[in-house]
Amino acid sequence: MLSFVIRRLIGMVAVLFAVSILVFIIFILIPGGDPAERMAGKNPTPENIQNIREKWGFDKPFYVQYVRMMQKAGTGLLPGTHGEYDILRSFDTRQDVVAEIKKGIPATFSLCIGAGIIWLVFGILVGVISAVKAGRWSDRAITILALIGISMPVFWLGIVLRYFFAETRTWFPDGGYVPLSEDPAQWMYHLILPWFCLAVLFIGFYGRVLRSNMLDTMNEDYVRTARAKGLPPGRVLGRHVLRNSLIPIVSLFGLDFAAVLGGGAILTETVFDLKGVGWYAAQSVGGLDLPPIMGVTLYGAFFIVVFSAAVDFAYAYLDPRIRPT
Amino acid sequence: MPERLLEVKGLKVRFATEDGTVHAVDGVDFELNRGEVLGIVGESGSGKSVTAMTLLGLTRDKNTRFEGEVDYKGENLLDLPESRLRDVRGNQIAMIFQDPMTSMNPVYTVGDQIVEAITTHEPTGNKEAKRRAIELLRQVGIPNAQSRVDDYPHQFSGGMRQRAMIAMALSCNPDILIADEPTTALDVTIQAQILELLDRLRADFDSAVILITHDLGVVAEVADEILVMYAGRIVERGSKRNVFYDPQHPYTWGLLGSIPRLDRPKPKKLHSIEGTPPSLINLPQGCKFRPRCPHAFEKCFEEPELRNRVEDRGHLDRCWLTVDQKRGVRDSTIAGEQRVVA
Repeated sequence: MLSFVIRRLIGMVAVLFAVSILVFIIFILIPGGDPAERMAGKNPTPENIQNIREKWGFDKPFYVQYVRMMQKAGTGLLPGTHGEYDILRSFDTRQDVVAEIKKGIPATFSLCIGAGIIWLVFGILVGVISAVKAGRWSDRAITILALIGISMPVFWLGIVLRYFFAETRTWFPDGGYVPLSEDPAQWMYHLILPWFCLAVLFIGFYGRVLRSNMLDTMNEDYVRTARAKGLPPGRVLGRHVLRNSLIPIVSLFGLDFAAVLGGGAILTETVFDLKGVGWYAAQSVGGLDLPPIMGVTLYGAFFIVVFSAAVDFAYAYLDPRIRPT
Repeated sequence: MPERLLEVKGLKVRFATEDGTVHAVDGVDFELNRGEVLGIVGESGSGKSVTAMTLLGLTRDKNTRFEGEVDYKGENLLDLPESRLRDVRGNQIAMIFQDPMTSMNPVYTVGDQIVEAITTHEPTGNKEAKRRAIELLRQVGIPNAQSRVDDYPHQFSGGMRQRAMIAMALSCNPDILIADEPTTALDVTIQAQILELLDRLRADFDSAVILITHDLGVVAEVADEILVMYAGRIVERGSKRNVFYDPQHPYTWGLLGSIPRLDRPKPKKLHSIEGTPPSLINLPQGCKFRPRCPHAFEKCFEEPELRNRVEDRGHLDRCWLTVDQKRGVRDSTIAGEQRVVA
């Protein structure tokens, strides 16, 4: 158990290191990536650019720049106030990257936790219904709906939802975020459309995956044993079919949830004007702004690593065969 | 006169598939008395497993059609509504399956799965049910049943799992235990132990056993009465002594010939029945074994009925050859020398 945690922690550091190196190298190699030229504005003089290079340390070898950037990012996570030169700043806006990400977290978490619950509950519901009714018209109808859900681009769905439910009819507010601590009712009211928008894709996807898992499981010998024992159909389905079919769903959910929590809900956040981490990521990528890109990438990678460890734990809990003895 | 538990009359099971109607079981009759072991023998696809699963209604489906009767204590199980049939399943008629590796749910402990079988049919508390589960595991010969009851199936060996399956099947004292190829997936030494166990428990629990197998060696150990099935039909039926010492159907000869024997001169190659079992969608005309039978003649294009043709009244078969012809060619056929009757 302890060795598992230690191995995971070492793996986590390695992954974060590899990810940050990759981002850094891509940024150096990308055309037009020289931050000094971008920061100097239009028609700069060579001295101007040179000044910026020296001031921001762009003249240093790239590994020095990398280490410096990592130091600043690390310092930003520590509590307390930091010196002027210990803050990881955006090249574009000069804002404190770590502080900006922290500012985005409430909106992102509100969006993702709500949407995650919705897509898990409805995904399972859709999967169970279509597996039980496999081949009948209700299964076909659900399959078509699920495929539509999977196929709709999120940005399109978001805009359509806004148009029909927030603009043509003003049933819902037209984007924006109200903090939970400020007004819980308004918080929820503002998030209903984004939750739904983000969840639709996953509902369809999980429903399809669960349906096929369940149909496979229904053919397992132990399900026949359960029926031969005389168990009522509900218990066969719940205790024997669903329980075993849900195991793969757990790993899907862990990784998908980590991805959106880690700033992956870029489109939903942007369309609904939720100024979360995903929205911040989109802003920085648009401006080729390395520090925030690096910050958001590490933030996202952190969640992916943590949740994949959580998935392993959940697996061991759900499937006794892979429990360490 | 032993108590008559089960009477199957003219059972037919047909599955509608995209390729056509599969005649999985096509007119099967047999009876089962308390304390008796009935062996059903045949190749894959002969309808033996479908027959057994139909007794429990496990083949019920919108694409399945049934005919005939399965009388269990005065009730026709084929007509029983699903909810009533569930009270019979696992309670009065229990079943164990071929592969003990996959027949238990991997995510629940062995004990939980036995407890589930008990509490489904009896108003027993979990504690009491678990105590009985431990007792059952002990009865089927699981060492340290007290602690092994909390093990998961993957912590059991194949033989132990089959023992646990038997314990589960016996948990509600069933009248009938159906064992579908219970030893096929096990080592030979374990096979013998499991058969011995089944035989002993049949006596202890006073139930009847239907033992389904493709292995005549298995039924030779424990069966009282034997049905030989081919293409969804019974082709020969009789006591163990009849079937082994006076077999009447060429298919039975083929099965007997396929067993390697140490008490006979070693054949050049192990005998096998030529050809493959017929498609259950397009059955051959007449006797279903005709295309593979070395003794087939014109008459075989008509199907013989299953009836008594020898001295012993209880010994039935489906073959047009005269009893003398059969007894004349039988031994050489079993020995693998193919010869056509003139």
